[in-house]
Amino acid sequence: MSTRTGHNPTARRLASVRWAVAGLAAAGLLLAASFLPLAVGAPAVPAQPTFPHRAELVAAVLSEDAPKQLELVKKLVEAGGDPLVEQALAAWRQGGVFLYETNDTRTPFLLDPQADPDGQARALRLADGEQLKDPAGKPLRFAATDLTPVDTDSKLRKAIKVTLDLFALANPDPKMRRDAVTKLGQEQNAEYLPYFEARRTKEREKEVVRALTEAVALTRTVDEDVKVRVAAINQLAELRSINSLQFLQKIEKDNKAVTSPGAKETFEAAHAAVQQIESYLAMGNLFGTAFRGFSLAAVLLVAALGLAITFGLMGVINMAHGELIMIGAYTAYVTQNLFRAKLGATGAGFDTYFLAALPFSFLVSGLVGLILERGVIRFLYKRPLESLLATWGVSLVLQQIFRHIFGAANVQVNSPSWLNGSYVVHDVLFAYNRLFVIGFAVFIVFATYLLLTRTSLGLQIRAVMQNRQMASALGVRTDRVNMMTFAFGSGLAGMAGACLSQIGNVGPSLGQSHIVDCFMIVVLGGVGNLVGTVCASLGVGVTDQILQPWLGAVLGKITVLAGIILFLQWRPAGLFATRTRSLEG
Amino acid sequence: MKSPFPKRELCFIAVIAALVLVVVPCLNAFVPSTSALHVSTFTMSVYGKYLTYAVLAMGVNLLWGYTGILSLGQCLFFSLGGYCLGMNLMLMIGKLGQYKADIPDFMVFLEFPKRFPETGGLPPHWIPFKHFWFAALMVVVVPAVVAYIFGWLAFRSRIKGVYFSILSQALTYAATLMFFRNDFTFGGNNGLTDFKFILGFDVNHPATKRTLYVASGVLLLLVYLFCRWLNTTKFGLIQRAIRDSENRVLFSGYATAHFKLFVFVVAGVIAALGGALFVPQVGIINPSEMAPDKSLEAVVWCAVGGRQSLIGPILGAISINSLKSYATHAFAEQWPYILGLLFIFVTLFMPKGIVGIPEQFRELKARLNRKPKDETTTAPVPVEPAKPKVS
Repeated sequence: MSTRTGHNPTARRLASVRWAVAGLAAAGLLLAASFLPLAVGAPAVPAQPTFPHRAELVAAVLSEDAPKQLELVKKLVEAGGDPLVEQALAAWRQGGVFLYETNDTRTPFLLDPQADPDGQARALRLADGEQLKDPAGKPLRFAATDLTPVDTDSKLRKAIKVTLDLFALANPDPKMRRDAVTKLGQEQNAEYLPYFEARRTKEREKEVVRALTEAVALTRTVDEDVKVRVAAINQLAELRSINSLQFLQKIEKDNKAVTSPGAKETFEAAHAAVQQIESYLAMGNLFGTAFRGFSLAAVLLVAALGLAITFGLMGVINMAHGELIMIGAYTAYVTQNLFRAKLGATGAGFDTYFLAALPFSFLVSGLVGLILERGVIRFLYKRPLESLLATWGVSLVLQQIFRHIFGAANVQVNSPSWLNGSYVVHDVLFAYNRLFVIGFAVFIVFATYLLLTRTSLGLQIRAVMQNRQMASALGVRTDRVNMMTFAFGSGLAGMAGACLSQIGNVGPSLGQSHIVDCFMIVVLGGVGNLVGTVCASLGVGVTDQILQPWLGAVLGKITVLAGIILFLQWRPAGLFATRTRSLEG
Repeated sequence: MKSPFPKRELCFIAVIAALVLVVVPCLNAFVPSTSALHVSTFTMSVYGKYLTYAVLAMGVNLLWGYTGILSLGQCLFFSLGGYCLGMNLMLMIGKLGQYKADIPDFMVFLEFPKRFPETGGLPPHWIPFKHFWFAALMVVVVPAVVAYIFGWLAFRSRIKGVYFSILSQALTYAATLMFFRNDFTFGGNNGLTDFKFILGFDVNHPATKRTLYVASGVLLLLVYLFCRWLNTTKFGLIQRAIRDSENRVLFSGYATAHFKLFVFVVAGVIAALGGALFVPQVGIINPSEMAPDKSLEAVVWCAVGGRQSLIGPILGAISINSLKSYATHAFAEQWPYILGLLFIFVTLFMPKGIVGIPEQFRELKARLNRKPKDETTTAPVPVEPAKPKVS
C-alpha cells in the first residue's frame, strides 16, 4: 500500500485511479507476498495471517454459483489493504484472470503486467502471488492473447467495482481514508450506505467520522423518502459541509419550480442549507483573507523594520538592504547544511537549526552592515543621493558574490518539522510558518522598541538622530552610534532573511524582490517612526490581500503601489509624520 | 552674454559632430569592407545604440545634474517612447510574421481575435498607430503626459530628494509589472520584436541602419544644443538655483514646482526620443528595458562621465556601454563586480566624474604645494554646501 500511496500523493484522486494503477504497481508489491505454497482446495495449509482473504478470492473466482459469487465478492471488501486481492479484482473485472487446469485442479492466475518483448508474461497465482509452475516445476509464461479469461457478467463487474472502491475505506492513512470517503459520498450511491455505517461504528479518527457522516447524509439527499431527504439536507447544513455545497445547490435548483410531492420541503431545506453553508464560507474567506493579510503584513514588516532603522532613523538610503536580507536567508541555508552534516537530515537536532539560524543571520548581516557603514556610507552621510548610488553598487557586488558561491539558482531551505503543516479551524487554514512570521514580527518590533527606549544605546541613538551636533557636544560618540545603529538595522534585515527563507524562495535576487516594497512601507509609514512602519505594513498587507481575489496578484500589487503614490499626495510625510520645525524636514 | 556658445566650444562641437555624423557613415558606405578603415554596419549600429543611450543620459543629467532631481524612472520614458514607435513597426510587418496574419504575431499567439473580435484581433488603441506620424507624435505625447501627471502629483506635494527617487522607482516598478502582463496588449515579456520595415524601408538594410545612426547623432546634437541653450537662459539659472537651495528660490517668489515639472517633462521627452531611435536599431523592446535597475544604470553613466557638465553624460554613456559590451564578451561573470565597484569608486572618489578629473588633479596639486608634508592619500571628498540632514 505504501508504495502506491507514494505514487499518488493526491489522495482525492486515488480512489478513481486506484485500479488503473493497481496493475502498474503490482510487480513491486508482489515481492511482499507469501512464500508458502498454497494448494487450492487443500485446507490443511493455513492462509497467511496478514492476507486472510486470498482464499476467499480464489473461491469467488472458482465459484459456479452466481449469487454466491456476488456474495463472496462483496465480502472481499474487508480485504482492503491486500494489494494482490486488489490487483486481482481489477484484473478480473477487465478480463485479466485466467484458469490453469491440470487433471482436476483449477488454479486461477493473472499475468504480470510486465510482459517481455514477445508479449509473454509471468503467470502469478491468485492464491499467493507466486509464479505458477507446471507439474514438472517449470515456471509458466503466457501471452494474454492466447488465453481465455474467466467469465464475468455485468452484475459481477459492478460488484467488483463497488468492492474496489470501498477498499479505500480500509486505507490505513486517515487522511486518505477521509478523502476516499468524501469522494465515495459524492457518488451518492445508496449501495455504499451499509459500508459507511459499518465503518462509522469502527472508526476512531474524528475527521473520518465526520466525513462518513457527511457522506451518508449526502447519499441520503437523493433518497426517495422526503423525510429522509430533508433530514439529510438539514444534517449537511449543520455540518457546514463545504463539499456538499454544489450538490445542495443542484437540489435547490432542481426542486425550485417542481410541484411533485415533497419538492417544496426539499427546496426549502436545501435553500436554507445553501445559505447557511455560503455564509459559513464567507466567514471563512473573511478570516482567511484577514489571516493572509496579517501574514503578508508581518513579512513586509519584518523586511522593512531594518530599513526603518537605517533609512527612517539615520536617513541613509541603503539600496543594499535587500541584499542584507538575502545574506540572512543564505546564512539560514548554510546553518541548515551544517546541522544536516552534523546531525542528519531529520529529527529533533536538525529541527533546532532554525533557532540557531536566527541569531547567526543577525550577526552575519550585522557584520556586513558594519563593514558597509565603515567602508562606504560614513563618507556619504551628507550626500544622500550619492549614498543611494554607492549602495546600489554594493548591492550589485553582493548579489554577484552570492551567485558565484551558491549558483544562480535558488537553494533549498527545508523548514523544520515544527513549521510545517497548518492549523485548521473551521475550514480556515493557519499555516504554522505564517503564524511564526506573525509572532516573530511582533517579537522583533517589541524588541526594537525596548532597545530604543529602554537602553542607553537606544537613548544615544535617538539623541544622535535628533540633533547630531548637540549629542556630540554632550559627549556622545556619534560616529560609533552611527556604526552601531546601522549594524543593528542590518542585523534586523538578516533576521528577516532567515525568516523569509521559511516561506519563500532563497536565491541571489531575493533582495531585489523586497527592496521596493520595503522603501514604500517606510515612506508610507512616515520616516523615523516605528509605529508608522507597523501601521503601513498592516495597511499594505491587508489591502493587498483584499484586492488580490479581484485583480490578481500583479494587478493588485500595481494598484497598491499606485495607491501609495496617491496617498502621499494627501499626506506627503507619510502616515505618522515626525513634526519638526526644520525647513528641510 | 551675446552668443550662448563661445567660439572654442563651437569648433569643438563641430569637429566631433562632423566625425560622428559624416566621417563614420562615409567610412561605412564608401570604404570597401576589406579596408582597415571600414566601419562595419554592425559596429555602426552598436554605436547608434550608444548614441541613443547618450540622449537618455542627457535627460538624466538635465534632471539630476542641473536641477538636483534624481529620477530613477527615466528608462520608463525611454521605453515608452520605444514602445510607441515599436507599435508602428509591429503593424508594418504586415503578413510577413510567423503566422502570416494581419495582426502582429503575439496577438495571434495570445488569441486576441477572440478578445477583440470587432477589430479582427487588433486592440482598438493600436489602430491609429498604423500611421507613422501618429506613432511619432505619441512618442512625444505619451511620455510627456505620464511625466506631467506623475511630476505634478509629486512636486505639488513637495516630494523631493530621495523620496522622489524612491517614488519614481516605485512608479517604474509598477509599470514594469504592468508591461510584463500579457493582457496589457503590449506583448508581455517578449515585448515587440521582429520588425521588418520603417517608413517602408527595410530595417535591416545597411542604408536604413546608416540613416538611423545619423538620426541618432543628429538627435544627440540637437539635445546637446538645447540643453546648452537652456543653461544660458534665465530659466537655466533658476534651475541651478533650485538644485543648490530650493527653499531660497521658493522664498524668493518662484514657483519651484512649476520649474521642476517643466524640466521633468522635458527630460522625459528627451528620453523618449532616444528610446524611439533605440528600438529600430536594436530591433526589440521589452519590459526589462524599463526595469528600475536600467534607470539606475543610466544614472551611473551620468555619474561616471560627470554630471553638471554637458559632455560628461555623453562620455559616460558611450564609455560605460563600450566597456559593458566588451566585458560581457570577455568576462561576463565579472561584469556586475566591475559595474558595482565603479559605482562605489565614482561616488566616493570622483564626484565630478571623468570630466572632473583635471580639476581634481589641479586641486590635489595645489594642496600638495601648500602643504608639502601633507599625506598624499586619496583625493579629498569634496564638500558640498552643507545641507541640514534629512531627518
